Formats: sequence, C-alpha cells, structure tokens
Amino acid sequence: MNLAAIAIALLQLVLFVFLSPLLIGVIRQVRARLEGRAGSGIWQPWRDVRKLVAKDPVRAADSSWMLAAGPATLLVSSLLLCVLLPLVGTLPLPLVPSDLFVIVSVMLIGVVALALVGLDAGTAFGGMGSSRHMTVAALVEPTLLLAVYALSIPAGTSTLSLIVETRLQNPAVIISPVSLLAMVALAIAIMAETSRLPIDNPSTHLELTMLHEAMVLEASGRDLAWLELGSWLKLAALLGLLSNLILPWGVLTDFSLPGVLVGLAAVTAKILLLGVALSVGEVFLAKVRLFRVPELLAGSFALALLAVTASYLVA
Amino acid sequence: MTPVEAGMLGQVALLAAAVTTALLVPSDRWRSRVSGILCALLATGGVVTGAIALTGGRGSLTIPTALPLDPLVLSPDRLGGLVMVIVSVVGVLASLFGIGSARVASASRTAWASMAVFLFGMQLVPAATDVVSFLLLWEIMTLGSTALLLAHHATRGTVASALVWYSAMSQLSFFFVLAGLAVLAGATGGTGFAALATLDPASWQASLAFVLLLLGFGGKAELVPLHVWVPRVLPEAPGHVAAAMSGAMVNIGVYGALLVCVRFLPNGPAWWGVLIMVLGGVSALYGILQASVASNLKVLLAYSTTENMGLVFLGLGASVLLRGDHATGAADAALLAALLLMVSHAVFKATLFLGAGAVARSTREMNLDRLGGLGSRMPWTAAAFGASALGAAALPVTSGFVAEWMLLQALVHGSRVGGEVVSVTASVAMPLAVAVIALTAGLALLTFVKAYGIAFLARPRSEKAKQAREVPIIMRIPLIIGATVVIGLGLLPGPLAEALASAVGPAFTPDVRTIGLAGVDARGIDVVLDPTTFVALAVLALAPVLAAILVSSRRHPTRVSALPWAGGGSRLRPRMQYTATSYAEPLVRVFDDVLRPTRDVEVTHVGESRYLVERVHVEQTVSDVIETRFYRPVLDLAQRFGILARRAQNGSIHRYLSYSFLALLAVLIVVSL
Repeated sequence: MNLAAIAIALLQLVLFVFLSPLLIGVIRQVRARLEGRAGSGIWQPWRDVRKLVAKDPVRAADSSWMLAAGPATLLVSSLLLCVLLPLVGTLPLPLVPSDLFVIVSVMLIGVVALALVGLDAGTAFGGMGSSRHMTVAALVEPTLLLAVYALSIPAGTSTLSLIVETRLQNPAVIISPVSLLAMVALAIAIMAETSRLPIDNPSTHLELTMLHEAMVLEASGRDLAWLELGSWLKLAALLGLLSNLILPWGVLTDFSLPGVLVGLAAVTAKILLLGVALSVGEVFLAKVRLFRVPELLAGSFALALLAVTASYLVA
Repeated sequence: MTPVEAGMLGQVALLAAAVTTALLVPSDRWRSRVSGILCALLATGGVVTGAIALTGGRGSLTIPTALPLDPLVLSPDRLGGLVMVIVSVVGVLASLFGIGSARVASASRTAWASMAVFLFGMQLVPAATDVVSFLLLWEIMTLGSTALLLAHHATRGTVASALVWYSAMSQLSFFFVLAGLAVLAGATGGTGFAALATLDPASWQASLAFVLLLLGFGGKAELVPLHVWVPRVLPEAPGHVAAAMSGAMVNIGVYGALLVCVRFLPNGPAWWGVLIMVLGGVSALYGILQASVASNLKVLLAYSTTENMGLVFLGLGASVLLRGDHATGAADAALLAALLLMVSHAVFKATLFLGAGAVARSTREMNLDRLGGLGSRMPWTAAAFGASALGAAALPVTSGFVAEWMLLQALVHGSRVGGEVVSVTASVAMPLAVAVIALTAGLALLTFVKAYGIAFLARPRSEKAKQAREVPIIMRIPLIIGATVVIGLGLLPGPLAEALASAVGPAFTPDVRTIGLAGVDARGIDVVLDPTTFVALAVLALAPVLAAILVSSRRHPTRVSALPWAGGGSRLRPRMQYTATSYAEPLVRVFDDVLRPTRDVEVTHVGESRYLVERVHVEQTVSDVIETRFYRPVLDLAQRFGILARRAQNGSIHRYLSYSFLALLAVLIVVSL
C-alpha cells in the first residue's frame, strides 16, 4: 500500500512537471484566440523554459546567493505541492498525510522565497512587487484556511485526501450550500495566491499593475526558468485540487493499473478544462486596483466564515 | 540532599559569586568576561536543575520566616522545571553573548550584578510553592531587570522615560498578581500553592482571583493593553538584555497563567476560556500589526513578542473553553500547543534579539530603512537571524511551525467531538480563532520577510551598513546555538511534545506519542506530523533540481554585472530601493483605521517651477493607539489632579501649620465619636 502511494506521488510529480507548461500554453492560447490574436501555440511555455535554461544568468553586483537559491526553493515547494496534494489518487503517504496546514505552509515557503528574490535584486520594482505580493499573501491566508476548514467539517479531518474521498462517496456534500460558499471563497483565494486576474495580471509588463512580474524582473536564465516553472506548477496543482473538490470522480482511491490510467486522464482533462474556463473568465475581467483587493479578499473571507458557521447551524 | 536541592543551592552560590566578582573586578573588559561566564554558569545551573525537576526529580529548600506564615518552600514540580529550563537556556545564550557585546554602560558593575540577580530571580520563580516566596522572587526578577536597564540611563536620555513606564507597568502587574493571590489565600486560608488549589472554581472568589491574576500575568507576558512598556523599553536595552527579557521573562507571565489554569483552578467555567481567548486574540493581532509596520528592528521584535504571547494565551484559553465543553482531546492538544509556542518563542525570539544586538554592534543602527546588504557582510548573523525568522514566521521545519500547526489542529478538531457540535460558544469561537491565527500568521510572514529581506539582502542603504563586519566568535556561538535549537526542535517535535505533556500532569494528560523518527502523533485529535520524513521528501524533490542547476551552471555560469536589468534603466542609487517603511506602506493603507498613521510630506520646489522638485521630505509615524487613546487620558487626568494638589502646597508655613491643626482636629473628632 505504501509503495503504491509512493508510486502515485511520483507519478503526480512527473505528470505535473509535463502538464503545467502545457496548461499555461492552453490558457494563453485560448485567451489569444478569444481576443482575436493568432497566439504562439500551446507549446510556447515549454520552448520558453528550454530557452531560459540554455542561457547564462546575469545578476547584479550587490545581489546575494538568494537570487539563485530563491528560485530553486520556489520550485521545490511547488514540486512538494504536486507530491502532497490528492491529484491523481488519494492514497495517503506514510507519515506525511496531505494535511491542509502542512500544504499551506509548503506553499508559503514558495511565497516567501519569491518575495525575498524580489527584495534581493535591490531595485525599486522588485521591492514594490515583493511588498504587494506579501500584503496580498497575508490577507489571503484567513480565507484560505477558513475555506478548507469549512470543507473539512463534513469529513471530520483536515487531511485533503480524506476530504476528497468523502466527497466522492457522498456527492450530496458537493452541492450543499456550505460547500458552495466555501468553494467560491477558496477559488478567490487560489486566484490571489497564483497571481491571476482580478488580483494580478499575469500577461502584463506595465509597472503599476504587476505583482509577480515585478519580482522576477531581475531574474534571468535558469533562475527565471525555475521561477516561472515553479509558479506554473503551483497554479496547476491548486487548479487540480480545486477540480478534485468540485468533481472528485476519476480520482484513484484503490491502486490498480486501469485505475491509474483513468486517474491520470481524469486529472489532465479536469485541469485543462478548468484552465480553459479560467482563461475564458479572465477575458471578461479587468484587474482591480491594488487597494480594492483587500475589499475583494474581505468579501471572500466573509463567505468562508459564513460557510464555517453555517455548517454548525445548518447541519 | 537530592540533585534538585543541590542545584538550587548551587544557583544561590553562583549568584553570590557573580554579584561579588561583578562588584570587585576593576576593568570593564575582564568584568564582562568573568561575570559573563559566571552568569552563564548560573543559568546552566538552572538548566540542569530544571531538567532534573522536569524528569521527575524532587527536592525542596525551606526558608523559615519569623512571620506568622507558612515557611517559604522552594520545590520545583515538573511544570516549574520546564519553565526553569526554558528561561535558563535563554539566560545561557544571553550571558555568552553579553561577554562579547557588553560595552561601557552594559559592562558596568551595576549591569553585570543586576544581570545575575535578574537571571536568578527568573530561574527560581518557577520553583516557588507558596505565595510569599513566589512574590518575593517575582520582585527580585523585576528589580533585577529594572536595575539592569537603569545602568544605561547615563548614556541615553530616552532610557529614563522608558524606565518610568517599565516600573509603573511592572508594579501594576505585580499589584494585580498580589491582589489575585491574596483573594485566593483569603478564600482558602493558606498561602501554600497546594492549599490555594482547594478553592472551588465555580465560586465568586475564584472568578475574581482569576480575572486579577490574568491581568497581572498578562501584563508580564506583554499582552494588550498592558504591553505599552515593551516598544519603549526593549529598543533601549542592549541585545543580550532584550533577549533575556523578551525571550525569558515573558515566560514567567505564561507560567503564572499556567499555574492558574492548570494547578490552582483547573476546570474553570467556559467564560474564563473566552476571556483568555479574547485577550490573546486581540494581543496577537494588535502586536503583529504594529510589528509589521515598525521600521526599528528592535521595536518590530518587541511587538512580535506581544503577538506570540497572544497566541500562547489563545491556545490556553481554547484549552480552558474546550475542557469546559468536554472536548478533552482537543483541549489537551490546545494546552500542548500553548506550551510548544512558549518553548519555540523563547528560543527564536532570544536568537532574533541577539541577532539584532549583533547588527547594532556592527552598524550602530537599528532603523531598517538605513540597513541592507548585511547578508554578505555578516554571514553567520544572517544565517542565525534567518533561521529564527523562519521560526517566528511559523514556516517549516522550525519549532514555530510545529507549535502553530498543533494550535490550528486543536482548534479545527475542537468544535466537534464524534461529529456532534460541542457547544455554540465553541462553534463560534473556534472559526474566529482560526481566522485570527491565519491573519496573524500571514502578517508575521510579511513582518519577517521585511525584517530579513530589508536588513540582510539587497544593497546597503547607508555608509554604516556598508562598513559592517561580522561579530567576534563569542557572540556567534550563542547565535548559532539558538538557530540550531530552533531548527532542531522543529525536526524533533515528538520527544519535545512528550516532555511537555508530562509537565502538565497529573491533572492534564495530553495523549501524544513519538511517531516515525521523531514525529509527533497527537492521538487525542488523531493527527500526525513527521518533519523528518517531510524533509526527506523535500530533499528527494530537490535532488533533480539541484542536478539540473549543477549541469546547467557548468555550461552557463552566472555572470555578475554592475548594470543588469534594473527595469530597463540605469542602476539607481541604493537610497531608491524599497525600505522597511515603503514595504509596509500597502498594509498601513489597508489597516489605516487601526494604526492611525500621521504622515507629513514636504515638497521643496526648484525656484518658481511647480514641476521641478528639489527635495521631498516624508515623515510617517505610527503611534500606539492604546497608549494615545487609553493611557494618555488617564495620565492627563492624573496630572490635572497633580496641578490641583500643587495649589494646596504653595510652601507657606502658615498654610502647613493650619493643615496640621485641621488634621489634629479631625483626629480628635474621630477619636471622640
């Protein structure tokens, strides 16, 4: 059983490393088509990574080892997310269950690494991006934890794989009002965590609108490649979690070879579908002003709190 | 004589030796060496004694008194032993650091003698088993710390006013503790702790004593609203003194609260728990909010202590509330989380303050806005500060993470037992507490990214920061030990949790086991955490990344350029980097209503032109709202009475004679009645 869980975890890791650039490619391509552009094709992110790895990184004279260690840390934190989250299957790893709080803290390691990279560059842009990024991260955290707290109540545990299994066995939970409120709150929190619209515009290089881009401005070569790949992996892993919470069907619960294939196909299809939906949604959204972001996050926090308290009153 | 007795007597002897040598050794340099070593030995004595008491060793020192009271008995139990170990470990680190860092005022006779008294008082408060010796040692601790701070009044003018605040607030909390213990002693008719524990928690005396003691111990633990001395006093103290105060002394406040909730009055009513949780939650949020906008490194660390102590009390309150609701598993886990938080805070805060002390020594600057680039200049300090900052931000794999994880798990599992809602209060309090902790954790992340990133990364923002050099080896040793303990406790939470669980027995028996290599298995709420496996997993994920980096860096080495991207423009002056103030600016805007910043922007134009700017002067101050809104009016009122009283005292001998006549008259009338 343990071996099976380890095999699934490895499989998730490999799948997501290949899948996440593809997901970004699909998102960008769909958006380009909707906006009437030809787009650069769905394999462009792959080509970008290959190009970046084959270049000499350049760093400023006063910057430190953080400029190289930060990107690697972000990548490792995102890889760990892919290992720990219940994406292809819900088989629990021995001693390291997919505990909600552990997963959030793994994600926060990546958040901190990125913020420190932004500061280490020693430019105003990097600092600005880092400051805004951390402010948003601080304000998102209550929503994130409360939303998954609400989801954890029907399952009676904060282990994500058990939450997904409960939803699979008892689909009525998925469309309960508590779960819907929590899912909306969680979706907003994930959009903020992964620097998507309406909190951050991932396709901009305009100084006043950017969070993520401002921090990676000084990174180049393989460091930039790790930063990009790490962010993509995080987006793919979180979308995978979201899709498994909304549509848990197809997730592997007992190890079997056809089950693995179904699990792989299901999670790939779900993530790409969610990616297309995200892309279509973003066409209709404008980025909100930075100082309106707290209002949005306060709204999602209210939803999450409502979800938790409602689960005590309704259930 | 048992080992514990020998340990306590040894501490008394070492105190005498440390005070005598501090007074006798003439040169500052040698005094720092000898007294520093003796203080470190004194603290080591505390570590050993406490460790023996924690593992079940017993022994007592009885001091007979001429007063009609029970004799003074010093006999640490397991809980006392635990607290003794914690404060003494911090004491060892602070003393070692002091050997290298103490200069001029902090190397004076007063400073070293009172340092020894301060450490001694702190180490023996947890050994007290009756009211009188507890209060006596408490005052020795307070007086020692006051004298220690007073040593600096000659060199800095601000010390005096900070000390007035410190003395006033510590006497206020002493008053509350005294009153609370007096109520308990009056209701039970004894002064021994065993006698106090016989009071029924449902009686009104118990509630009165509880509120008074909570205020008193909360004040020592720097909780809102009794925290006002903290941001004034700690920045004035040298690094090792601040470490001892903020890393060790606050734990005595927590110990007091634990005495109340675990020893004297266990199984108190639910509203006690709610009260502690509110006090803790408000302190946590307020503390971290102030810390996140502070630009002075020591003020930042001082406010972060308020935050951490708030979290400790939040856990303690949750355990009282949940115990009242019979959710025993979660209640015990919350209590354990409070203890874990206390332990981890002591270590990482002490190391952070020592790191700040090292920065202060090298740069003579505590304003983050003028620091920067210290990482390459002070690599050891940077590494130790970074590791402890990870602990303070509760990131894996540090002790801070384990503690906060346990607290969140206890809260999430607390509102339901077996699928049944335990109580309405719990089902409202738990989600709110989770939200408070989440926001606190998020802001703590920002605070410590700011503290580390601005001070140690990027380019130096001033000449002083540019000239910084690494501190001598005697100061590096405690920094490295502290950082190692922060990481070590984070990797081995299982044995630590078992030790802590044994400390709160026999009334409380949290069910925790070691699982895996040294992971923790909290059986009461059925959760496991094994950081070693987790690290192994991270290493496995890191291996391919590292391999890719190595292969790639052989073919494509990193080039260092004086003029890299810089947003497409030329590389700007270091002053144009983001500073600590600008880093927190979005947060100041978001929490404008709570922080009430005052901002002055002064623009000087060139000649007649409105478009060319010669100079911009920006000044922003964030005041402590509680001080300006709560204490200021009270002080103003007191002052008004003082002015009124001055009219009665105009120095005229005739007036004083008439006062005595009236007083005599009054006495005669009263007597004749």
